[in-house]
Amino acid sequence: MYSDQPFYHALIIDDQKCIRCTHCLKVCPTEAIRIVDGRVEIKEERCVDCGECVRACPQKAIGIDHDDLGLMNNFKYRVLLFPSVFFAQFPERLSEDQVYTALMELGFTHAYEVEQPITVLKELIRKTVKENTSPFPTISSFCPAIVRLIQSQYPSLTSYIAKVKAPHDLAAHYVLDNLSAQGIAPAEVGLFYVTPCVAKIAAVRKPVGETKSIISGVISPGELYNKVMAIIDDIEPADCSDFRKELTKEGIQWSLTHGETWWQNSKTMAADGIHNAIKMLERIENEEIENIDFLELRACDRSCAAGVLLPQNRFLTVQRLKSRARRFPSAEKKMQAEGNNPFEHLEFKVVTDEILPRPLQRFGPDIAKAITRMQRARSIMCHLPGIDCGACGAPTCQALAEDMANGEARMSDCIFIQQLWQKDGKVPPEKAFQRMEKKWGEKRFDPDCTKIGAKNESN
Amino acid sequence: MVTLKFNIEGGNFSKAGYASSQVKKTLKQLNIHQSLIKNIVVALYEAEVNIVAHAYKGTIQVDIAPTDVSMLVSDEGPGIENIDLAMQEGFSTASAEVRQMGFGAGMGLPNIKKNVDEMYIDTVVGKGTSLKLKKMLNNV
Repeated sequence: MYSDQPFYHALIIDDQKCIRCTHCLKVCPTEAIRIVDGRVEIKEERCVDCGECVRACPQKAIGIDHDDLGLMNNFKYRVLLFPSVFFAQFPERLSEDQVYTALMELGFTHAYEVEQPITVLKELIRKTVKENTSPFPTISSFCPAIVRLIQSQYPSLTSYIAKVKAPHDLAAHYVLDNLSAQGIAPAEVGLFYVTPCVAKIAAVRKPVGETKSIISGVISPGELYNKVMAIIDDIEPADCSDFRKELTKEGIQWSLTHGETWWQNSKTMAADGIHNAIKMLERIENEEIENIDFLELRACDRSCAAGVLLPQNRFLTVQRLKSRARRFPSAEKKMQAEGNNPFEHLEFKVVTDEILPRPLQRFGPDIAKAITRMQRARSIMCHLPGIDCGACGAPTCQALAEDMANGEARMSDCIFIQQLWQKDGKVPPEKAFQRMEKKWGEKRFDPDCTKIGAKNESN
Repeated sequence: MVTLKFNIEGGNFSKAGYASSQVKKTLKQLNIHQSLIKNIVVALYEAEVNIVAHAYKGTIQVDIAPTDVSMLVSDEGPGIENIDLAMQEGFSTASAEVRQMGFGAGMGLPNIKKNVDEMYIDTVVGKGTSLKLKKMLNNV
């Protein structure tokens, strides 16, 4: 059974800022980007929301579908949920309570880090790993970009993805439980999640393996960081320790590489960076990796510390999280001391439905037609130069050949073929130039001193 | 029809599996059912490893048609002295070094046969072996 749900994407291209360079085109690990008629287009079925294009864009032209902070005014109780990596954006000279109090000053009534109570996820993963008797490892469901990558490019592995929701879902249930114990009805509560990356936004807005998201809005960490920093020095810190009373060593480091594996007593492996993850999935699919029980894959190098929307450097963030974690108790020891897991009742709430594959159909659904098209693409490759310059609007010559075989591009899109045709007198130079302008936009080739490296360094 | 051709080096175990992995990627792109892909890749991988483990060099050609996938795996190598023995599970002529690397368990040819619909062996002792395999695509 395949999923027929279209993917929701959180990326918005600003056509005014975009200068149609080819940076995004080249870094996209799934070859989802094309330039068509002077505009960047994202092939929806290929994009996994990894955010590499956002990182690569020199013009900051790829925007994110965030909610306005003002949205919180619709709720009586305004709860901010944020990942520990967001806390680690702030300078270490600031106290925990200073940061928390500043967040409340901005209008929130409650603020919780999402990686609590992490024991629920730990135990659920342990159970899932134990129940998996197949030769394949259980694959972490933590990184939504990886889940999407598996659904579309490694469909046979979808059944090994742990049916475990994300920390923000756990925190949402934990908070709603807490609040209802205080007599606050869920309908009065707005839950706002600070997303470190593009994939998490997509996961909040359109969760995979869940019917509906529990989150009311997604907030940009950059915007919130700036707002906090603007007021932080005038903040009189209040005692906010109650909001982080379930925070543990494991929770704080959960979103770092090895965050899900280091405390496991079975055989585990962790890989970060989307290209490393792809290599690993390739090997898992080939059954080349044996005797691994649990596999943690994260799309970003250094995991969520490198979240594309976070303002700080990833290495600094890792260091801050690690040194902060030392000050917190271990979840494992806490559970042993308490004798049981006091949040066991939350467990069933963080189990997802079956995660269905949605295989990418590069050459369409029909096998006979696909074979003809692939053969056509392979014949076209004989003629293309193999330079992979991107000037045709596709990331590689092979991608262009495939687009051509699918009827989405033409031979004349290749600027080298155009040159050849001009040399042979098959195309007048005027016509060749018109074609280039059609692809890259009118006046795209006029002198422009506002571009970076000319007379302007801002973007 | 899509045709893929590979040259295989005898003795290079670090590259063993490259051809079958490329064929897997191609079959995935064509929406061929995953259980059929698995059969084809398992058979092809075994044949590829056979070249690496036993022969000096070889070639693989894979022809993908809407109805079936045909594979021609030919090598220049020692050939097979007794095909009936070679078809028995557990029978192996692999050297100790090859076994140490985790290959040569004597499951190659029997495993190939299990995973395809047609298999023909043509072998000349002292010259080489060629293996013709076919997997039909219409029965999942």
